[in-house]
Amino acid sequence: MQFPVIKAVSYSLAHTPSLVRYGSKPERELRKDPKLDQQITEHLRTFDQACSYHPNQVFIGSLPPESLWDIPRPWWESSANGSARFGPFGEIMPEDEFYGLLRIVDDFDLVSLEAKFQESIRARLHKHPLIGETDLARLGAGAALETIEAKVANEAALPLYLEGRMVGCMASGHEEDPFLTASILLENLACKATGVLALRWLFEQSSRDGIAASAIDYVINSGEEAVGDRYQRGAGNLAKAMAELSGCQNSTGSDVKAFCCGPIHSVVIAAGLVQAGIFQNVVVVGGGALGKLGMKFRGHLAKAQPILEDVLAGFAILVGPHDGRNPAIRLDAIGKHDVRFGGSAQAIAEALIAAPLEKLGLGIPDIDKYAVELHNPEVTEPSGSGNIPQFNYRTIASLAALRGEWSRTMIKDFEKQYGLPGFSPTQGHVPSAVPYLGHARDRMLRGELKTAMFIGKGSLFLGKMTNLSDGMSFILEASDK
Amino acid sequence: MNLVGKKVIVLGERDGVQGTALSECVKAAGGDVVLNINQCFV
Repeated sequence: MQFPVIKAVSYSLAHTPSLVRYGSKPERELRKDPKLDQQITEHLRTFDQACSYHPNQVFIGSLPPESLWDIPRPWWESSANGSARFGPFGEIMPEDEFYGLLRIVDDFDLVSLEAKFQESIRARLHKHPLIGETDLARLGAGAALETIEAKVANEAALPLYLEGRMVGCMASGHEEDPFLTASILLENLACKATGVLALRWLFEQSSRDGIAASAIDYVINSGEEAVGDRYQRGAGNLAKAMAELSGCQNSTGSDVKAFCCGPIHSVVIAAGLVQAGIFQNVVVVGGGALGKLGMKFRGHLAKAQPILEDVLAGFAILVGPHDGRNPAIRLDAIGKHDVRFGGSAQAIAEALIAAPLEKLGLGIPDIDKYAVELHNPEVTEPSGSGNIPQFNYRTIASLAALRGEWSRTMIKDFEKQYGLPGFSPTQGHVPSAVPYLGHARDRMLRGELKTAMFIGKGSLFLGKMTNLSDGMSFILEASDK
Repeated sequence: MNLVGKKVIVLGERDGVQGTALSECVKAAGGDVVLNINQCFV
């Protein structure tokens, strides 16, 4: 049977050190102790530091994930050789340009940028390969600094800083609506902007294969933002808003919500829509999670390392009909964590990994590569959260050992042979296995990889509606040709 | 550890051992789970 394929994958980062203060954790801590501001500021990275950071270069495809095995930790102390802003999958955008992008994707005049600053950004964005004249026209006229200061002082606007200087502000959307405050709108608009950036990089790739943005039928946004107002908090549809500014004129879309597991659910749904013949080209997109910026800054400060949660991440995945070239999604072997399965690590691993493999008559070592939650351990370890991918690989190896498919004495070896080092920014739904999809597709197209399993998990219990967690998996398989 | 008759607060973690699984173990050992919280630290 022939299955839908992954036709293109893009990734992008926006380096936003000045927005770290608006991440959920820093914002709460700064409210309690404003003196923290100086400590946070002293531990922020420059753009060059963030751009040359090995895991970020892996994220945009300039380095293979496995290269991190050979780079001594801490990674933040070294720079990737020849690291460039642009990579095969996308880019790392500097903060000043990102403010310009925020303004470009803003339909409601929420973002005001100081006039001189805005003109300098216009000149820089003019050189950007994916920003056109129509975009630049959307920048409009800049604002006087006094006007911005007055909005911040009197209208509950949120100041936007660049290297400690106020260069703009984000307005509130309603005087009384707690879900249209400036901080919530900034979170949502940042997600929209990073999603649009990822979509544009996706179409830059896919257009080389003859698939333009106008050929997209449907966009699924898999992120965790909540767009809506006081009557419908989280109602969405950011997918359509992203599509509008990415050239998807013949598309509509919707948001799929499943916490960090959203991207895997979305890819499976996208593949289902294609397989059913309902749509031909479906895109899954995810924008950045501003709330997660600086989430573990306390641990980073305690270890005297830079605050590494300083980037907003985005990704986009194009799913299309079988073409005999691109790797296919095995829709006959989808792993899912059913309500009845319970929450033990073994039950989850059996549902997501063993059950789908059994459908294909395969054992765990028969898959070439497993992509799990690919959180960068350098971000999570200082705060005591451990090495998330490594823990997941030991769980998979333990399940294989229980099934007699792997030696108990080789549990630790499974990670290097079948796994990956964590390299993704801790951006909620973003690390959920999909950061490897672009790398896997490239390796499969080069004939270097035959199969890979992508496993996502979601912490549903955080929303206080169920104690359940969630999970889903799919297998990607190289074309025979 | 003897949990019989003990009141137990369970703290679970998504990528570690989840609270629901821990609670089942505590109950099986005769403990009384008074609070079950799951966290996600990423």
